[in-house]
Parts: sequence; C-alpha cells; structure tokens
Amino acid sequence: MVGAACAYYAARSGLSVTVIDRGPVAGGTTGAGEGNLLVSDKEPGPELELALLSTRLWRELSDVLPPRVEYEAKGGLVVASGEASLMVLRDLAARQERAGVKNQEVAGDGLRDLEPHLSPDLAGGFHYPQDAQVQPALAAAHLLRAGRDSGRVLLRLGEDVTGVLKGVSGDVRGVRTASGDLRAPWVVNAAGTWGGRLAHLAGVDLPVLPRRGFVLVTEPLPRVVRHKVYTADYVADVASGSAALQTSAVVEGTPAGPVLIGASRERVGFDRTLSVEALRRLAAQATRLFPVLSRVRAIRTYAGFRPYLPDHLPAIGPDPRVPGLLHACGHEGAGIGLAPATGMIIARILSGGELPMDVAPFRPDRFKQASPGTPRTP
Amino acid sequence: MPKSPSDRAAGDPYGRVYDLAVIGAGCAGLAGAVTASERGLSVALLDTAGRIGGQFYRHPDPAFGAVRPEALHHDWSAFAGLRRRLEAGDVAHLAGHHVWTVERQDGADTPWTVHAITGADGDGEHPVRVQARTVLLATGAYERQLPFPGWTLPGVVGAAGAQAMLKAGLVLPGRRVVVAGSGPLLLAVAASLATAGARVPAVVEAAGYLGYARRPAVLAADPQKLAEAVVHGAALLGHGVRLRTRSAVTQVHGTDRVEAVTVSRVDRDWRPVRGTGRRIACDALAVGHGLVPQIELATSLGCATRRTKDGTHALALDAFQRTSVPGLWAAGETGGIGGAQLARVEGEIAGIAVAAQVRDGAAPARDGRVRELRRRRERMRAFAGAMAAVHAPGKGWAEWLDDATEVCRCEEVTVGAVREAVDAYGARDARTVKLLTRAGMGWCQGRTCGAAVACLAAGEGPLFLPPSPERRPLAGPVPLGVLGSLDPSEPSAAPAAPAGPAEQPDTDRPDGNSGPRD
Repeated sequence: MVGAACAYYAARSGLSVTVIDRGPVAGGTTGAGEGNLLVSDKEPGPELELALLSTRLWRELSDVLPPRVEYEAKGGLVVASGEASLMVLRDLAARQERAGVKNQEVAGDGLRDLEPHLSPDLAGGFHYPQDAQVQPALAAAHLLRAGRDSGRVLLRLGEDVTGVLKGVSGDVRGVRTASGDLRAPWVVNAAGTWGGRLAHLAGVDLPVLPRRGFVLVTEPLPRVVRHKVYTADYVADVASGSAALQTSAVVEGTPAGPVLIGASRERVGFDRTLSVEALRRLAAQATRLFPVLSRVRAIRTYAGFRPYLPDHLPAIGPDPRVPGLLHACGHEGAGIGLAPATGMIIARILSGGELPMDVAPFRPDRFKQASPGTPRTP
Repeated sequence: MPKSPSDRAAGDPYGRVYDLAVIGAGCAGLAGAVTASERGLSVALLDTAGRIGGQFYRHPDPAFGAVRPEALHHDWSAFAGLRRRLEAGDVAHLAGHHVWTVERQDGADTPWTVHAITGADGDGEHPVRVQARTVLLATGAYERQLPFPGWTLPGVVGAAGAQAMLKAGLVLPGRRVVVAGSGPLLLAVAASLATAGARVPAVVEAAGYLGYARRPAVLAADPQKLAEAVVHGAALLGHGVRLRTRSAVTQVHGTDRVEAVTVSRVDRDWRPVRGTGRRIACDALAVGHGLVPQIELATSLGCATRRTKDGTHALALDAFQRTSVPGLWAAGETGGIGGAQLARVEGEIAGIAVAAQVRDGAAPARDGRVRELRRRRERMRAFAGAMAAVHAPGKGWAEWLDDATEVCRCEEVTVGAVREAVDAYGARDARTVKLLTRAGMGWCQGRTCGAAVACLAAGEGPLFLPPSPERRPLAGPVPLGVLGSLDPSEPSAAPAAPAGPAEQPDTDRPDGNSGPRD
C-alpha cells in the first residue's frame, strides 16, 4: 500500500516510476490488514499529524478510486468498560481535540443508539467521526492502476531485488533483479516488514521487526456492527513495545457481510503457526462487546506481520548514509492509513516540492546505538 | 504408555493423555488406530461423522434397514475386519468431533492438543481438547471441481458426492445421469449408479485411457487395480454405458434444472475441438476431476508438501509415514491420492511406526511385516503416480469457460472478474485473486473453486508464482462463543514451533495463503 501511494504521488509530480515487488500486488502486510484509517488510536504527536493529513488525502482518493475499494467514512467508537478507563479516554480525547481530532463523548446509555448490539453494561465511550475504513488490497491495486493509467508507472511483479547498485561515491544508481539491472537515481524502500532487509542490501541498518497479528473473520451477516468499535485497552496495546501476546478486540462490519475481529500483537518472528490463545482472547473480547456474536461462526483466520520500529514511528525520507536511498516503511499497524501522506512526502522530497509537515521525527537514521543485525527491544 | 483397562472405564475421554490421536476414521485412520492399539498404545480416534468408514466405506444409518450395504462396496470384507478389530480393542472412538485445529507445544511432554467441536450438527456445540503424544492425520481428500458454463444448475452434483449420497442414503441424483470429468472414480461412480437403477447414457472422460498403456510395467505391478477396472468395465458394459474418452461436458442446458449437456471432443491439452459438440439428454450430471488431499491441519503446522503429478499438493512423507513436523504422521490420501487399499497399508505402517516411536523412541525394527507393507505401498504409489499423470487436467480446460461462468459459487465471482484481477490489477496467484475478487472467501473457503482459481491465476513465465498449498488455519467454522470459552492457556514464552525444517525457507515469504480481510 505504501509503495503504491509513493508511486501514485511521484507520478503525479511528473516522475517516472517502476514498482518492483517480489510477489503479487498486496502480497505482504497489505493483504493481511483490516484497512484501518484511524486517528482515534493515536496520541498527539508526529504520527497523529501524519494520520490527519492522510485522512484528508484518503477522502480525496476516494473520489479518484472506484467504489470497489470500499472506502467508508464510518467513524470509530472507542468504549470503556469502567469509570477508570473512561477517565483515561476522556483525557486522551481532550488532548487529541487540541491536535485537531474531532470526537464526542457518548454516555453509557447512549452507546446503543450508535451501536444497537453493544453490550449494555459499558461505562461510556467516544465517537470519532474521522475514522474510516478501506479494503486495503483493492485500494493498493487500484492506486497502482491509476498510476499506470497516467503512463508514468511501470509494474514489475514477481521480481526479487537482489542488490542495490551504487556509484563510486556510494550513491544509489538503481537495483539489481534476476532479470537484470534497473537504473534509477532514487530508490524508495517501501518493503514494509521486509524493509530492514532491503536497507541491508543498500548497506545500512534499519531495525524493522515483525509484530504478528491475527484477524478472525466471521460468516457473512447483515449489518450488526456499524462503526469501527474497540476498547480503550487498544490504545495502550498499540503504544506498547512488549514482545508478549496482547489482544484488544477491534470489531467492525464490512460491506460484504463478514465481521472482522482484530487485533492481537506479539513479536514471534515470521511464524505463521496458529495461536489458539490469541484467537480465544479475540473471540472472548469481541463477544463481551457484542454478545450477539457468540452464536456467529468464525470461518477463517489469518496472520499478518506488522512492520515494527522500536519507537513506533515509520521511517520516511532520505537516508543520509546512502545518497539516493529513501525509506517509506515501518508503519506498524497503521500503514494503510498513513500511506497517502507518506507517498505525498516522498514525492515532494523527490520533486523538490514543499513538505506538508515536519518529517524530522521520521528520520531513517535515528536508530544509531545498536550494531547492525542485532535484534533490538525498546 | 500402554494403558490399563481402568482408563477406559474412567469415562472421560478428554481428561487423559493418549499415546496417539488419530484424526479421520476412514481406511487409513482405522488401520492406524487398531494397529497402534494392538501394539499397546492408548489411542483416540476422532472423526466428523457418526460412523466409521470415511468416504470410501460410507454406509447407511442402520435405521435405514439396508439389508446389504456391502452391495455397493468393493472390499467390504477388509472394512469389516478393521471394524471387528476396533470393536474388540479399546480405541476411544470419538465420533461427531469436528477438528478445527491441531496445536503443538515444542518440547512439552504432551506436545499435541487436538481442538474439536462436538454437537455441531445440532445445538449444544461445545469445545473439547484431546491431548496426545503423537498425531496421525488421516483426513482423506475432497473432490476437485473445474467449472464450465451451466455447472451451477440444480442437477449438477459432484461425482464423489453422488456416490456418497448413494452409499449413505441410497438416493440417486437423477434417473438419467451423465458422469463426467476425469479420473478412475468416474467408472466406479457410473457402475454404482447403474447398479442402483439409474440410466447412465455416457461416462465422459477428458483424458485418454491410452495413457495407461504407455506404462505397462506399472500396470502389471498392481494386478488388483486392473481387476477392479475389469469389474467396473464389465458392470458398465452390462448396463450399456458408453465410455467417451478425450471428451468433456462443455455446457449444461436447462432452465430450472439440468435437461441436457453438450459433450465435446478435447485435444491432448483438454482444449475443446470446435464443431464436435453433441447434445445428450439427461436430468443430472455427476462431475468430478479427481481428488485433492485434505491437508489444511498439516499445512497450518508448517508441514512440508510436494506437488503431485496432477497438480495438487500432498504431504511429503518419509518411509515411515512421518511428516516434516516431529511427532506428526500421515497416511492415505493426505500423502497423495491412491485409494482405499493403499490407505490401509499406509495406516498400518504408521501405526507400527508410531508404536515403535512411543515405546522405544525409535523407528520400527525391520521386521518382515513392515518390509511387506512397504513393498505393497511402493507398488501402489507407483500406480497412483501413473494415474495422476494420465488424469492431470490439461492446460486447455479454461477454454470451456466464458467470462460469465461463475467460478466461486459462494461469493458469485465470475471467470471474467478473475481474469480482470490477473490482467489488469496485478494478481499472480490464488491468494491475490481472492483479495481482489472475494473468490474463495465464502462458506466453503475455496475448497470448491480453489483449484480453478489457481489455474486461472497461474500464467506462463517467471513472473507468475508457482501455486502454493492453500492454508486454512481454521479447518472448519467455530462459533465465537465456543472459541471464547476455551480454557485460557499460558502463551508459551518461546515462540511455538518454527515447525519442521522444511518450512524454514518459506516462513517469511509474504505469500502465506491465508485468507485476507473481507
């Protein structure tokens, strides 16, 4: 998704772009995500700023892309089970509001006006109208398609990048693949969870680690869940750096009918083995929020690997260690949401345009202390 | 550990640890369970169905009062023998158990937990776990379907499905039934239908049976298979059934249900030959293009697979039926389609090997029985390989299709939509087609359309990915309430099983064939 957005905005700036992927479109984390476009789960700071810009850009894109990408400005509903977590939410919401996030407190007895099937014993929550959703694989495919229709984007799928070409002064000259060399003055690393490996090919260290998540998919249902609904714990889990299993249910309906239940987080490398415990917790939490779901069947589950950087911020922009190399990866679980702003920033850097925001916090060389190749923990 | 008789009397089949859990009570699973049990192991035998026998020995509920269910079966005596041994021994037969996943805890004394749901056919579903030191997967196969215009009309049934209906309920899919597709099963199905009183105007086989003649050594090595073919052939002749090879049903006609089919000649690549279409009147069509090993419980654990000669994925097994994951054995169709006799032989080898492993921690000594079983297995595997090569779908089958033909029936996705995803939007494999079109996201989870979608997505040249085995981490639907009410387990400190060594190179490829978001 991030690569597609970089290509799209770069092409709109008049650049010619070749997108190389070792798999098909949306073959990595994009194809395993829920398509969250959230501002509600972010603390004020650079990531929230990026998310707010993206929210605006997603709205613009939804006019360009066909309805099939299932963009829905459905809004988010964050709920608290008790008074204590409601206080935490209230504090976060006030600070977010000062940063430009719209939200509104909903009393416990008002929650069911927004979500009729919610459990009646919740203390209250907050409604975030800017939260939205998209079908990420379709969005990426159609964004690439729009880029190709402009005549400036070439797509080369199923090609592994095996090396980064450099000039005598160490600057980037292109990439090597099995079918030959591709020359270009700039290379953008949008390899997501595998971004550390591409950085390594270019001779630099970027400590991207996989953070696994499971999603449970139910049988198709009539619309029983209208918003993106999640509990206050989710915000804490997203911000945590723990390697241990954390789960906080994020429940949402889809236009096609199935309800999606995320989100678990654990750092276990690239291991796809099913975690029954993760599924158990997701199911238990989801049915606590929506008791009506307890008789509904899960028909599928899948794992994905979020690209995790130790400070939870993506790497966006030029790498001062290798002239010509730019990074656009490490967005953890927010890559779909943050993709358009990332793509726009990369395009502006490449074409010398004015940057839409301060990108210093996303500097790719900010992780200096560790030696290359050692796994880090924050 | 060898169990005491009191274990059986204890009553709670879930409160104990078995030496072996066998999943699937068909030919392979039965043979494996009774063999291991007779060698002193405590064994649990889980199966979805209420009665043992699997697909091959499916038989009517006793309430039907069928006098001779064996009339529809070959080799009923072999089944009767296994059933007798099961009844005489103390295998814990857990019928009506839908296994949805198998979990492995690395390094634990009891590494395996089999998760199942009982009561799924009525209400009162609840989760159970069976704990075991080893697991034998004998989950069989399901039928491969390739779509063609009209295949969604009522009256079109799976060939294996037609036979199952007949065996289980003595029900015929129609009075005048065309049998079509490819594979040796078609002859058996046609013979069963004809014997049970249906008219079978034609058996339409896309492959040429001449393929067998090119492998005389393999044929001669398995005289029992030849005898079977002769029996079916004779039955068909006796009923006036005509076998049309190198032909395919390329269209089904009818408004509310099947009224006729068009049968066309096909070339060696299964490309229809223009102008050869002939209409045959019928009120049902039983169609199937071979069988696909049902291996999702194993692929979720990271078991190594191999590509079979007819394009399916089967588990890669060693001489003692071991998968690439320690402690997990497999037998029968999961290791490649080979039929009931082969399944029995492999089940017995697995039973002997598991017993040796549990008791002695080693592979079985080279006794005469094992040598004999392995000789028979090699012979039958060679025959099965030849059969798979003869009946492998030709590349040209997709030319039967028009863009309006539905591929995925659950989600109503057409051939045209799949082709668009490949040509215009960068899909290169079944998983991406699924992401972009929803093909395979429905109730059957791609079991019906998976083979066809994979073929349509697989283009020529290096830019296309080789098909990978489908992953279905949930082997069956599980109610959320049931899932959420499982006992909590401590997540293991170390990541569980980076499975077998064979999985390693593949684990970080972003192409896990799991389903995506909807």
